[in-house]
Amino acid sequence: MSPAPVVGVGGKPPATDEARSVGSNKFTPYALLSPGLLWLSIFFIVPTIVMVGTSLQSGSLFDGFTFTWEFSNYTDAITQYADTFIKSIVYAFIATVLCLLIAYPLAYTIAFKAGRWRNLLLVLVIAPFFTSFLLRTNAWQTILSDNGPVVGFMENTGLLWLLNSIQTPESWPEWLQFFPEGITATDRVLATPLAVILGITYNFLPFMTLPLYASLERIDGRLIEAATDLYSSAWKAFRKVTFPLSLPGVVAGTLLTFIPAAGDPVNAQLLGSPAEAMIGNVIDSQFKVTTNYPLASALSVLLMATIVTMVAIYVRKAGTEELV
Amino acid sequence: MSSATLERTLMQPPPQLPPARKRSVVARLWLWLRNHLIQFLAGLALVFMFLPVTIVLIFSFNEPVGRFNYTWQQFSADAWVDVWQDEQIMDPVILSLTIGLIAALVATILGTLIAFAIGRHKFRGRGATNLLIFMPMATPEVVMGASLLALFINMGLDGSLGTLTITIAHIMFCISFVVVTVKARIAGLDSRLEQSAMDLYADERTTFRKVTFPLVLPGIVAGALLAFSLSFDDFIISSFTAGSTITFPIYVWGAAGKGIPPEANVVGSAMFLVALVIVLAPEVTRRRSKTA
Repeated sequence: MSPAPVVGVGGKPPATDEARSVGSNKFTPYALLSPGLLWLSIFFIVPTIVMVGTSLQSGSLFDGFTFTWEFSNYTDAITQYADTFIKSIVYAFIATVLCLLIAYPLAYTIAFKAGRWRNLLLVLVIAPFFTSFLLRTNAWQTILSDNGPVVGFMENTGLLWLLNSIQTPESWPEWLQFFPEGITATDRVLATPLAVILGITYNFLPFMTLPLYASLERIDGRLIEAATDLYSSAWKAFRKVTFPLSLPGVVAGTLLTFIPAAGDPVNAQLLGSPAEAMIGNVIDSQFKVTTNYPLASALSVLLMATIVTMVAIYVRKAGTEELV
Repeated sequence: MSSATLERTLMQPPPQLPPARKRSVVARLWLWLRNHLIQFLAGLALVFMFLPVTIVLIFSFNEPVGRFNYTWQQFSADAWVDVWQDEQIMDPVILSLTIGLIAALVATILGTLIAFAIGRHKFRGRGATNLLIFMPMATPEVVMGASLLALFINMGLDGSLGTLTITIAHIMFCISFVVVTVKARIAGLDSRLEQSAMDLYADERTTFRKVTFPLVLPGIVAGALLAFSLSFDDFIISSFTAGSTITFPIYVWGAAGKGIPPEANVVGSAMFLVALVIVLAPEVTRRRSKTA
């Protein structure tokens, strides 16, 4: 048997259009899309619009809310919670960078070094999802407990002292005081910013790892080989070839980590003290406890606006195909 | 010098270097680390990911003194025996399992249809569709939960919040994850397999039924499993849409303030082990049949 040509006649890739449009007429894609997109429209887009409307209402739960173009909800939200916003963004930013640093070697190993262990490792990446994330977050209380080995080690090596010295200068205005007492205390990690950041990093790690893996896996290994063949060092090949080609994954992972992390209320609640409360906690309690729906909605809309801006910048650079 | 001799000379260890096995353990470890730095870091990442899971598992066998289950006291399997009769925990668990199954089923059907449309068809509005699927994954859960609550309140549904509203919300955020999982599988398909089927006179319907669908099925199953575990585990959105209904995560959250009993760890550990068996079973059997 002669070796079958991998590419079609004339070096063109095999004609796939025929197979691609199996069972196709003009309306097929819309028929396939409509049930799911209808669900997303009713229960994602409509609520978002309703929330924008609510953010411009005034009133209270007892007197009822009325729509009055109440823009003061936004000025209230910004003046009252600017410090919380900044704090959330700083925490989420540090957590996102940590996620990237931890997830990249993991995704790289799965994509290029795992061989026959690849599927197993992919399962392991999502396996922590199978235990309740509240229980896992709670487990960090045990790991980071004040008398535990981790904090003891950090205390003895002077690491805690070093981390405690990372403080925002007292001369900075109040709304910029995201680490007023240091990123940790001198004798504990729980109920400090580091505990919250660590918890967020932990909880969002798979959302960074999977998009990174997806884009690394798509890289043609021959490109990296070509770089090393041309006398590029391994590090330089990574810097000039692998990393740039993995950028869609880096950005997608960052989008899936940063904003959800900034709005997360659970880690601050379980691992921090009230001083570490993030914007998610404010929205949560304004909705459930204070029942100031307009203010809570205004805060949510501000958070949504941040996401939309980030996604819009990404889409202008890279299009939408790599998003999903 | 002939190439054979050259090879032999190169193969011989240079005499001035000490033989490798005389190196100290530390030096060899260092050498290994230098050559496998990335794998080593990946290993550390996995340790980081599994440390809390291990703690949850270990503390399901603890016999805590007082209400809080944070410090190790002594081994006891009581929680594993008692939990099945504990209605306070089992009722929420059964509710979460039910919601998870329904949400996973509906989201898998809706998401798979979308994935086929995106993966196999050209159509107008592709960019908008991609965006609409991506946004729920990137939006903070607090915002989604709050906006759904705002919708339900404005619809006058605040009296009837409960299982139905939780399920509606779960289906919504699970769809995107199913689409991503199934679409990745479709994109990885070799379209020549379908072409061969057509070349062998299979019509479109038969090709889909006998070739395409079986090949995409693992992706659909993976998407369903992911949807189920996301739904079962969801706390934030549920806490907005639940009213006074108590799912398992809502139970855990309520217990966190006054001490989570080891029975809750049993549920978490059992779920983890069952899911791991389900996911790893095909992998293990595949390997078995390969080596046999």
